[in-house]
Amino acid sequence: MASKFKQALNSGKFVITSEIGPPKGTDLEKMYEHIDLLKDKVDALNVTDHQSSVMRFPSIGGCLAIMERGGKPILQMTCRDRNRIALQADLLLAYNKGVRDILCLTGDAVPVGDNQAAKGVFDLDSVQLLHSIRQLEAGSDLGGNELAGAVELYTGATVTPEAVPLEPQLIKFEKKIEAGAKFFQTQAIYDLDRFAKFMEYARQFPVKILAGIVLLSSARMARFMTANVPGIFVPQELIDELAQAPKGGALKKGIEIAGRMIADLMENSICDGVHIMAINREEVVPDILTAAGISA
Amino acid sequence: MKSITKQKPFDEVKQLIETFNRIYLIGCGTCATMTKTGGIDEVQAMKELLHDEGKLVTGWVVIPTACDEMTAEMIAENEKAVQDAQCIIVMACALGVQRVNSSWQKPVIPALDTLFVGLEEGPGEFFEACDQCGQCILGETAGICPLTACHKGLLNGPCGGTNNGKCEVDPEKDCAFTLIYERLKEQGRLDLMRKYHPPKNYQVMPRPRKTMVLPERGK
Ligand code: SF4
Ligand code: SF4
Repeated sequence: MASKFKQALNSGKFVITSEIGPPKGTDLEKMYEHIDLLKDKVDALNVTDHQSSVMRFPSIGGCLAIMERGGKPILQMTCRDRNRIALQADLLLAYNKGVRDILCLTGDAVPVGDNQAAKGVFDLDSVQLLHSIRQLEAGSDLGGNELAGAVELYTGATVTPEAVPLEPQLIKFEKKIEAGAKFFQTQAIYDLDRFAKFMEYARQFPVKILAGIVLLSSARMARFMTANVPGIFVPQELIDELAQAPKGGALKKGIEIAGRMIADLMENSICDGVHIMAINREEVVPDILTAAGISA
Repeated sequence: MKSITKQKPFDEVKQLIETFNRIYLIGCGTCATMTKTGGIDEVQAMKELLHDEGKLVTGWVVIPTACDEMTAEMIAENEKAVQDAQCIIVMACALGVQRVNSSWQKPVIPALDTLFVGLEEGPGEFFEACDQCGQCILGETAGICPLTACHKGLLNGPCGGTNNGKCEVDPEKDCAFTLIYERLKEQGRLDLMRKYHPPKNYQVMPRPRKTMVLPERGK
């Protein structure tokens, strides 16, 4: 049966997803709180896989918790920590436990994380991971051996619409589509005109695009991201808007900006939905939705 | 081709030779001389350091190319000083260390860390060029090796970390896929970038790798 997330995307409705970052440790209370807060307000919750190469409770564990609590998970899988044997095995487990939506990523580099001497695996890359899933669906593993029971998964990937240089990024985007990616989550976008141009290009492909919305909590954060995060450019007007917010009001301003962007994307049908990342501030996601005029 | 090395911190070498008092020193006249890690000057400096630690250096030699068979002969020529030592400190890459190790029964101690096999780009500037993967794909990647030039060894294009043509792990380093893209574009072969590279065979020749060059080959 098709996942609810896939159904939502195919229904033409403007889809909202958000993110759950599992904790570092076995105390899951905070994660449960975030799940309970968001599960009925969004179409699916995307669980990060040792984001930024920081060792945490596993992504599949977060997905199981979401399902136990009545939410819909998207399993993020990176190629950094597992070879093809482990990746395939985890896909079998995920499918068996009822996970149907997978976001395939390369994964950040080991040295940016908190176990910096670890071996980076990258036995597969994101395009190969997508192809592997197609093969598991066809009933065999990457070694060409028959499976007793296959999988059927809705797979997505990421794209950075403002990468520099852009063309290699778009070539890879197309390779991901050829490998069966059906939905894409973008790197954070802030310049809607430029994003609309990307969408004009992306619309020629039969895929659904969720714009990445990263909450800006201060002008400093906006400047930092523009200077340091690949493919993120916050326009000067937004930085000024944040800087001019009354003392202690920058976060509120950031929520307003995120809400405004979502409303704009939705009203003008620029893309198929948004993926909201409120890194470490999951509790304000409902406020962002309210600011966007979405009540759940 | 050059084997790129750096000197181990002297404290680490000191620990490795803790129980030895009489030491023979070997340097290398090729790569380690060029990288200034195991040439005549560095071997003499090491001799001084060991002397200051109260160790006796029974002799030293800088072998023209420590990794080839000549090494055994050079050790034989210096047999007395070598026999007199309790261990040999080798200031060559790990190939030199292993070559000495195979021609001598007593403990062999590396004084260098071998970093990579590289090419010289500019004076004193080296980059890792090949990981000896056993199935070369340079013909499809504009002669630039993504296995070594890309931090993650990706095959199908850049990760999301490319930043203005630089790699996410180090803004000083180029992103392999920007280089490959630019070169292929110049050559009018961008279609190669669109080609899907299936998962790589990492067992082309399972370790330990060995081969026998047969005399009739090449005829
Ligand atoms: S693909 Fe790279 S690692 Fe493999 S043989 Fe060629 S240059 Fe060496
Ligand atoms: S930025 Fe480029 S070189 Fe660095 S890991 Fe990503 S694809 Fe590889």
